[in-house]
Amino acid sequence: MPNVLHIVVCAGIVPDPLQTLEPVTTTAGPGLKNEMVLPAVLDPWASSALYEAASLATHHPGSKVWLVSLGPKAKLQAVMMTVAQKVAFELVPIDGPIGGFPDAHSTAAVLAETIAALPGLDRSHLLLFGGWESATRGAGVTLQLVGEILGITDQFQGVDQIDLREDGSFEVLERVEGGKHQVSVCAGTPAVLGWATGGLAEPRNNPQIGMANMRTIMPALQKAKVAKLEANGLSYVSVSLPKQQRTTRVVKDLSPAEIARELVEWIGAE
Amino acid sequence: MTMESILVLTHADENGSALSNASLEAVTAGLELAGRLNAQLTIGIVAEDATNLSKSLPSAGARMLAVSGAAFGQARYATDAAACEALCRTAGATIVLAPASSRVTRVAASVAHRLGGFIDTHISSLGGTDRVEATRWFYRQRVEAVISRDARPWFLLLDAGTYAAFSGAADAAQVEQVPVELPALRTTGSGFRAPTQGAQTIRPDAKMLFVAGAGWTKKQPDGQVHVNEAGELILGFLGATGASLGSSKSLVDQGGEGNSVLPFLTHLNQIGQTGSTPRHAKGLSTCCHGEEPHVVGWRFIGDRRAISLDPNCGWTRGKADVVYVADAFQVIAKVNALLGAAKA
Repeated sequence: MPNVLHIVVCAGIVPDPLQTLEPVTTTAGPGLKNEMVLPAVLDPWASSALYEAASLATHHPGSKVWLVSLGPKAKLQAVMMTVAQKVAFELVPIDGPIGGFPDAHSTAAVLAETIAALPGLDRSHLLLFGGWESATRGAGVTLQLVGEILGITDQFQGVDQIDLREDGSFEVLERVEGGKHQVSVCAGTPAVLGWATGGLAEPRNNPQIGMANMRTIMPALQKAKVAKLEANGLSYVSVSLPKQQRTTRVVKDLSPAEIARELVEWIGAE
Repeated sequence: MTMESILVLTHADENGSALSNASLEAVTAGLELAGRLNAQLTIGIVAEDATNLSKSLPSAGARMLAVSGAAFGQARYATDAAACEALCRTAGATIVLAPASSRVTRVAASVAHRLGGFIDTHISSLGGTDRVEATRWFYRQRVEAVISRDARPWFLLLDAGTYAAFSGAADAAQVEQVPVELPALRTTGSGFRAPTQGAQTIRPDAKMLFVAGAGWTKKQPDGQVHVNEAGELILGFLGATGASLGSSKSLVDQGGEGNSVLPFLTHLNQIGQTGSTPRHAKGLSTCCHGEEPHVVGWRFIGDRRAISLDPNCGWTRGKADVVYVADAFQVIAKVNALLGAAKA
């Protein structure tokens, strides 16, 4: 079976980017005001990972995609109503806390334990996918830790492209400083790929895929194991919104030439 | 308070001939923190040849460690993780500071895990009086928090631009070479690739960020789109000013939707929620409308101006210092002409 891939995508859920966020203190530590009722979406960079995973699986028959997601069961269910219509996957939900404030090491430990126990997963064919950073904690360490715990010694972060070759090796493009990509060639699976934007557009909703996915998603949500995350000595001294309100000067009555002169002066000023 | 011992992890730049600028910034942070805590400071270098690199570092009071060899000439998870692990074990530090460069970011969490430690990233400042407190952002620069940890070792990755690069007195320090046992290597690097043909438009060291919004590719007053003209104006501006180019998500996404796009734009130019949050002294946004560029992407831009046709754009109010209500096509054409004339 050449290039049969077992792709596990780790993806959290995050507040819709258009929502106003207000930090509050809860009994469990910092959180967001009305966090449980804020509309949520699948993490944007992890979504890229999911679409790339589905594309790879489509092009390599016999491959399979798992979506492992940790969050409150009710929120996961709501988000899956949309995500399930995009691409085919098997959901592996973990019922746990929402938000960016829990410790990444604890999250990684729970994810790694869940992945290690996935029935039917052949770890020699494993590609562990996820976003290179989340839109909540944004630490960029969870996926790396999961890979390390699972003993995967080929890891790539900020990935925009993977080209799988017939011999099972693949070329990876990772974002590095200065708007460039570092090009690497890996001998084959297993590997960890933390995706940036990738090269695929968001798939259109497909009700047939949605119906097929939902047949397994609902039972999986009902059986989701509950995870409790340890703080690992992490404490929050303060959590606040930035107070950078600027006094904006709105210039309505200058001609383009006059604006240009003002801008050139501003550009040249130290 | 526990007596702390600090290790600063550094690495060579792309050419291998000098320490990366972000590494030198981490050295400054390490010197400051070690001075404040009266802690032992160790500096670790990962490079193909660390001999010359150590000469740019302060030797007074600092122990110098290095991992060298051909395998460390390129960034790679297996080798870099092994190198950093060896440096950390040799130093025995309780706090490890390192730059949030792509090279370190790829391995630091795993190294922390191997040492039984913990990591926090995107640190923008270090403070605290009787303990170490680190400031970082959550929710893509929309919520700011100050954190602390009791657990050690504690790895802290410092965002670029948050400390001045070390440029103080340096002399040739005695460097201890640390041996590393490498695992089987399955990955080889084959260099770097620019995402597009032609001029590089992302310049992290530029003084100014120029943000192009989706308005550049919309119908103009004559009822037509002028993508080619927009591209020429933007590239002309970048050429004349040396500015770095950022773009809104909506503009980059248009390429995937089959609409007219600026050919030199890629997702790497994108700023905001799913893009970068660059640090530049000045920023000029043009034809943008939305939270992405003005709130998230601009968080660390010093002096901000915007050109917009919408006098009531709520996203620029309170976010930009100056908003010019005007047609960006006309204004940028005039700016380019003035800059060109000044050069001539």
